Amino acid sequence: MGLEKALGDSLMMTRIEDAINWCRKNSLFPMPMGISCCAIEMMAFAGPRFDASRFGSEVFRFSPRQADVMIVAGTTTYKMARVVRKIYDQMPDPKWVIAMGACTSSGGMYRTYSVVQGIDQFLPVDLYVAGCPPRPDNLLHALITLQKKVQRGESRGSTTAVIGDYPHRKRAAVSSA
Amino acid sequence: MNLVILQKLQAKFGDAIVESNEFRDELTVVVRKDRLVELCTYLKEDRGLRYDLLVDLCGIDMYTPVKRFGVIYNVYSLKNRHRLRLKTFTEDEQPQVPTVTGVWSTANWHERETYDMFGILFDGHPDLRRIYMPDDFEYHPLRKDFPLMGVPGSIRLPKK
Repeated sequence: MGLEKALGDSLMMTRIEDAINWCRKNSLFPMPMGISCCAIEMMAFAGPRFDASRFGSEVFRFSPRQADVMIVAGTTTYKMARVVRKIYDQMPDPKWVIAMGACTSSGGMYRTYSVVQGIDQFLPVDLYVAGCPPRPDNLLHALITLQKKVQRGESRGSTTAVIGDYPHRKRAAVSSA
Repeated sequence: MNLVILQKLQAKFGDAIVESNEFRDELTVVVRKDRLVELCTYLKEDRGLRYDLLVDLCGIDMYTPVKRFGVIYNVYSLKNRHRLRLKTFTEDEQPQVPTVTGVWSTANWHERETYDMFGILFDGHPDLRRIYMPDDFEYHPLRKDFPLMGVPGSIRLPKK
């Protein structure tokens, strides 16, 4: 690694949550929920040109049980909503959701009876990506933003205990109140 | 070709042909629904006609007090390379049209779609269930009186 050379005989100290979150953020396995055209851009995001593996996210997992972040890419109909939710429920904690594109975030141009006007009606969404469809760069940006969230120990869908309950911070909050 | 076919149909079915017109070389025939299946069978079986392919079947909501709902059949003859459009309308409050699944089995799913979207019942259909909307959905979305954004709360979403 060369890291030993740089550090020499020194010691690194960190909090265990920070170390775990650092590990987590650099190996976010996406669950591709490619429902429609945004999925094409999502594939480009994983492919060699845009190369999500630079950020540790190249391992698309087609089993929700091995995934950390669900990228919902496409128009979500009411009928599909049940399926999306079922797959989300099978993902182990901690988990995150990226709503990719206009349709997923708000229904987009489909203002109609069959399309859910934003998947946040039935899923806890961590990040919304604008665009129709968003460019792969935009999705990469979302991933980087999500990594920052992961490092901070934030997740809308998981319980705080799982992603690192910060007892000292809680105590500080209680004592200040 | 259109004229020959129309005369052939009129000779055989007479007043069951309510109306017909030709627009840009496309023949449309409006049929009374009680003789629809008989006419469809004839179209398919007759040696000279052989309309063996049901290209499409769809519903229509005219939103008029009488003859509100109709069904449109687009058929194609591979032998004659000729297209024909059939229309039939219903008078009733609860629209009912006889099924043509016995003639062209393709009609099965098309009729299920038409039932789902317009609420037109197909008499004698072997499996008349909804095909797009959830089974417990109560409305028919392509009817003109259905609101574009749907009826709030009519389709349940999973709990957050």
